[in-house]
Amino acid sequence: MTPYFNEMFQDGAVRKPYAGLEPWSAGMPADRRLAKQAEAEALFRRIGITFAVYGEGGDPDRLIPFDMFPRVFTAAEWAKLERGIKQRARALNAFLVDVYGRGEIVRAGRIPGRLVYQNEAYEKAVCGFTPPKGVYSHIVGVDIVRTGPGDFYVLEDNCRTPSGVSYMLESREMMMRMFPALFRENRIEPIDSYPERLRRTLASVAPVKCERDPTVVILTPGHFNSAYYEHSFLADLMGVELVEGQDLFVDGAFVYMRTTEGPKRVDVIYRRIDDAYIDPLCFRPDSMLGIPGLMDVYRSGGVSICSAPGAGVADDKAVYTYVPEMVRFYLGEEPILKNVPTWKCSDPSDLKHVTENLGELVVKEVHGSGGYGMLVGPKSTKAQIEEFRALILADPSNYIAQPTLALSTTPTFVEEGIAPRHVDLRPYCLVGERIELVPGGLTRVALREGSLVVNSSQGGGVKDTWVLAE
Amino acid sequence: MLSRTADNLYWIARNMERAETAARLLEVGARLSLLPTADGYRTDWDSLLRASGNAVGFAQKYGAATEENIENYLFFDRDNPNSVASCLTRARENGRIVRTALTTQVWDALNTAFQELRQLEAQPRAGQEMSKLTEWVTRHTAMLRGAIDATLLRNDGYNLLNIGYYLERGDSTARLMDVKYYVLLPRAEYVGSGLDNDQWSMLLRAMSAHRAFHWAYGGEITAAKIAHFLILNPQCPRSLITCVAGLNNHLSRLAKLYGRETQAQESAARLLSDLENQSVERIFDEGLHEFLTRFVGEAVALGNVIYNSYLSGDMN
Repeated sequence: MTPYFNEMFQDGAVRKPYAGLEPWSAGMPADRRLAKQAEAEALFRRIGITFAVYGEGGDPDRLIPFDMFPRVFTAAEWAKLERGIKQRARALNAFLVDVYGRGEIVRAGRIPGRLVYQNEAYEKAVCGFTPPKGVYSHIVGVDIVRTGPGDFYVLEDNCRTPSGVSYMLESREMMMRMFPALFRENRIEPIDSYPERLRRTLASVAPVKCERDPTVVILTPGHFNSAYYEHSFLADLMGVELVEGQDLFVDGAFVYMRTTEGPKRVDVIYRRIDDAYIDPLCFRPDSMLGIPGLMDVYRSGGVSICSAPGAGVADDKAVYTYVPEMVRFYLGEEPILKNVPTWKCSDPSDLKHVTENLGELVVKEVHGSGGYGMLVGPKSTKAQIEEFRALILADPSNYIAQPTLALSTTPTFVEEGIAPRHVDLRPYCLVGERIELVPGGLTRVALREGSLVVNSSQGGGVKDTWVLAE
Repeated sequence: MLSRTADNLYWIARNMERAETAARLLEVGARLSLLPTADGYRTDWDSLLRASGNAVGFAQKYGAATEENIENYLFFDRDNPNSVASCLTRARENGRIVRTALTTQVWDALNTAFQELRQLEAQPRAGQEMSKLTEWVTRHTAMLRGAIDATLLRNDGYNLLNIGYYLERGDSTARLMDVKYYVLLPRAEYVGSGLDNDQWSMLLRAMSAHRAFHWAYGGEITAAKIAHFLILNPQCPRSLITCVAGLNNHLSRLAKLYGRETQAQESAARLLSDLENQSVERIFDEGLHEFLTRFVGEAVALGNVIYNSYLSGDMN
């Protein structure tokens, strides 16, 4: 009946990965479900996992909706995803080292030079500098959607500072707390080693001048930031200091933090703050957030910054179309994960196709994020489409378009009981001395019926994601 | 520890203690309004306002010092930086900033107070009994203290929290006593009269020390006994000497931990030795108000020294 791939039910039968969940969900009366849902909400609120939505006003401590129905992958499905994700993370980092170095891929004519060198995210300030271990993007968040049993597409890459990993970890905590029996009955791969692996990854890229056990810190824009909870959560689990710009200063060849015992040297900064705000001397002189002189220390090997300044050029939505090319060019392999076919409005023939088919396409801003500034053709009114057409024509190079994907659904608890809702997946790939991935990720679910937009700012929720052990 | 973390821990304690002071003031007000004497009514509410240190802000916003207005101002009003709501919100914000330096239980105590406050704020004011509200505040401040004592590592953060508590509490005791002398009791001939004793007794209630005082001293309430109790008696948990001794204790633990002394230890030690060499007679010779004003000034100065020594991040 529905054209969408339902991850639990196929032709009236339960797919194997979900077999363990069938009796659980079928045997849950409505009142127990509501009681559990309320319990989860109270727990989330008490722990303080809230997020703020930009520009919406209202409750600054809004909870991200949590759906108790887990999303499940088999070991075989995951093995394929894992190989594909790691492959992508390797290629993206090779690309970054290349474009800030000799630019072989551009010379070979495999990607247009203007797309790289005239990209807003290209940082001239780090040209010719190779970060420790040749890693620019230490945490690669690869957004993946599924359209069939074996069909996975990468929607976009996040090479800067992908967020949401705290929801992945807390959703699991919540499920284990509320439904311990499920974890006894099903063999679910644990994910709780993520913070420790992240710490190891960060320590493994200590700068050349660091000759001792590196001091790692997380740099946050501050407690008003929507992802502040996540920053403090990770700092806590990794056992590192959570600092703001004002806590750090440069003295000579090193960066220090201000402590009650005087200055203490910092070796690795995991920053959760944009390039533009890390050093006012190098980037934005009007920024109050940065640490003056940080970039000089960075370039002289006194401190490591993760992700490395300039990493953003690899996750630009226009550069995205060339990632399969990167895999072939740098690794000599065929991409394991597919890209979604993408039309670049900067290209006249693509633009023509896009403007003629707006009703069927999803159009996004090249630099947009969070589900803002996008058009979902099939779900939009005539007036909205026309409005968007004008925007695209005014600045074509600012937009790309993709076909509306038939995102898979998983069962989700809704008011009336259980119903299919569309989901995506963001795993977090760690890149340092080694490349690793915990078996799981953040599943985002579009809670509104029929909606394909899973962003939390647009009414999306999260689910626990299971990878079954072999 | 980051200096900014230290600063926020210190202010969690100060803000919570300040919220408790506002609640204690309200508790006394609620109690007095139950007394049959009608003519003292207005003045007493008025004096609460002065004790809170925000009489001017109140007058500008509300005008008349009615019970309802004052309750609103001291409990719910976000424009009043010293209201219960403002202090609890700030304390929770301080906690959010240093979430990693707190245990789950401590954060839980801070956050639960804040979440319940928001529920209280959403309810109609008319149905809320003041004594229930003040009890609610002291319950939550006590829960936070309990969580700190029971679960926090005895590290620098623990000492900084306690330094904040003791400094704020000492300041609050001194100010409350001073208000008694200059606002509650405007005319010298009242000293030693029945009215005078009622007011002293109200002051004791404000500090939850009414019964403790009787256990410790017995008999008649006199100005000398009260001054001794609230200033010089190390048994009284809110006395100036208890607070200053607590400050000294936690400052020296900090010095030991860091392996270095700062000006803060020296200033605190001087303040303590001053108090240890005091007597009630000498305080009354100097004038209670003069003595208390001097103490508040010294406490503020000590606060600045602590800031420069540990919290500003500018020392080397």
